[in-house]
Amino acid sequence: MSDTIIKVDGISKEYRIGGTKVAGGNLRESVVNFCREQAETLKSILSGAAPDSGTEKFWALDDVSFEVKEGEVVGIIGRNGAGKSTLLKILSRITEPTRGWALMNGRVGSLLEVGTGFHQALSGRENIFLSGAILGMARSEIKKKFDEIVDFAGIDKFIDTPVKRYSSGMQVRLGFAVAAHLEPEILIIDEVLAVGDVAFQRKCLGKMDEVSKSGRTVLFVSHNMPAVRSLCTRSILLEEGKLVYDGSSDTCIDKYMERNISMRRDGDLSFFRRDRITDATNAFMKNIRVTGGQRVDEHLPSFTSGEDVEIVMEYEVRRPVRGASLTLNLNKLEGDKVSVIYTGDKDLAVDMEPGTSEVKCRIKGLPLTPGLYQMNFGLNESGSKGRATDYLVGVPLFEISEVPETGGNFPHRPWGAVQWSDVEWVMPCDVEGR
Amino acid sequence: MSEPPLPGELGKHSILIRPGMFGMLRTLHETWACRELLYFLAWRDIHVRYKQAIMGFAWALLQPLLTMVVFTLVFNRIAGIDSGNIAYPVFSFTGVLPWQLFQNSMQRCSESVVNEARVLTKVYFPRFIIPFASVISALADFCVALVILFGLIIYYDITPTWRFAVLPLFIAYAVFAALAVGLWLSALNARFRDVRHIVPFMLRLWMFLSPVAYPLSTFIKKFPPAFHWVYTINPMVGVIEGFRWALLGTDSLEPALFVNSVIITVLLFIGGVVYFRRVERTFADVL
Repeated sequence: MSDTIIKVDGISKEYRIGGTKVAGGNLRESVVNFCREQAETLKSILSGAAPDSGTEKFWALDDVSFEVKEGEVVGIIGRNGAGKSTLLKILSRITEPTRGWALMNGRVGSLLEVGTGFHQALSGRENIFLSGAILGMARSEIKKKFDEIVDFAGIDKFIDTPVKRYSSGMQVRLGFAVAAHLEPEILIIDEVLAVGDVAFQRKCLGKMDEVSKSGRTVLFVSHNMPAVRSLCTRSILLEEGKLVYDGSSDTCIDKYMERNISMRRDGDLSFFRRDRITDATNAFMKNIRVTGGQRVDEHLPSFTSGEDVEIVMEYEVRRPVRGASLTLNLNKLEGDKVSVIYTGDKDLAVDMEPGTSEVKCRIKGLPLTPGLYQMNFGLNESGSKGRATDYLVGVPLFEISEVPETGGNFPHRPWGAVQWSDVEWVMPCDVEGR
Repeated sequence: MSEPPLPGELGKHSILIRPGMFGMLRTLHETWACRELLYFLAWRDIHVRYKQAIMGFAWALLQPLLTMVVFTLVFNRIAGIDSGNIAYPVFSFTGVLPWQLFQNSMQRCSESVVNEARVLTKVYFPRFIIPFASVISALADFCVALVILFGLIIYYDITPTWRFAVLPLFIAYAVFAALAVGLWLSALNARFRDVRHIVPFMLRLWMFLSPVAYPLSTFIKKFPPAFHWVYTINPMVGVIEGFRWALLGTDSLEPALFVNSVIITVLLFIGGVVYFRRVERTFADVL
């Protein structure tokens, strides 16, 4: 019991969503209702309670309990809106729970964004002190680590330049560098790795790994499954505010994937953010399907490695589209990038007439290892300067099912994402009679 | 759900998170532990103020100086307000100077929580630090403007007395009064952005209800004694009269009335602290 550093017991958080109330019948009733509302508002102002702006309530977190031992690195995963950020905010004391309690047996440092407290008009040097102080570092501590921070961010030449002249990448690097040098007993991190270029992301992961090995307790929220898998031995899966699984990261991620798939049924695009679609959008994807393969219930179509796959993209076209291009990014469902298919590689132009248009993409002999795969779809119209007019991220597409043992003494298959079938070997000698 | 541990069972660095307010003692303790942050936030405000604008320092000087000039033209020359045997420019400046300290402190304080919204929703530190840090930059502006006061003292050949030494008390009282009102406003502002529009208007009225441009003795002469009590609740009456008492040797405020206003300001401040503590728990949800 003594090495339990975080104990969360029955934490719940209720939010109210602003909903329009049904208008009252007659004038007298409305006046009475109005007065009652005003009286209630006044009461809540005086009592300091959160505003009762709507009648509809929902539980962002519902009776979540778990314990974390000292030195554990725990991942928190779940879909958007599952309550991950709310949990971190409660444990960081930014917002309070509606019910339940949590005990943190140590200094807590929370990193919910990169560059907390930066002021654009101040120089890099000044911001290191300011941000450090806001994150809870003592001045002497910042002074001691100053050189290290500057070195990590790689901005020594610009240390006295106002931060507003920094590129966004430099700001992110400096922000992370300050945060990475926090040394609390409990570190709470939200998705900060999703920023910066690839090289810096790797550097961040390395630093995180270092932190987790130094015996610090870390709570890590991320959508980056490979990062969760490599950093955290244990993970917690949240779904609609409830804790649905608490255990090894591998099992937890599998469970997340499983549930994620059945939620985003094949072809149903309503789960995706489509904020790029406006009145000016000429065409957008309406439906997506994969033909062929085996299909059981609601699961994704399943193929064996080496099979042909046909992807059918159905577009709703409002105005004629001329000379557009399509980009398909194939990824593993966990997020690892696999490949890009681009119509421009074949000098093809996508032309579509108003109505419904179908584009088919056939991939012959898919050389993939068993696992779940997803795709991003981007439609780029000519003159869109590389910014896709319609963009879908992470559409679960198909599964490559397990293949029978291929023999040999290599037990770790599947390995990676690509499984070459067309490989020729030239051996040093050929012993007869084998 | 089991019962949370009692405060006595917690370790030194342990934090218990639960719904509801924490004890005043803990709030004070935490705020004290974060005093360095108070310094950094105040330093940032001052630094940004004086770094960006070329006029930085000049602005802190010009504002009270120009106000004094315009007051002299409008209230003294046009409206014919008489400041007795004291030269009107120095008379009005001893009102403008503390008034601007109060006005800037209160305005910055009332906007402080909303201005820090981004940080408030991302990291925890005792929220009290924010309104307190915001008034320090107003104090810096005040210190710059003191230069003009010294200039006037020399120009008008005012002899310093022991009363000069009491001046810091009135300065502190002005800031304290600004905080007493500002704490309420900063917390209300987080939820009702209307506060932002109300404050400038409120301050304009408040200035006319304070003896900045006219002597208190005029008010006392023109209104029956029943009004005196109400008028002097305004802590700025005490501050401005205090300034004039210390610097110019005027003596129009009855000490009993001054004590009244101090008591009411202290009550307002305590109320502000309690209210802020109640509301700070929901800042992240409403900002």
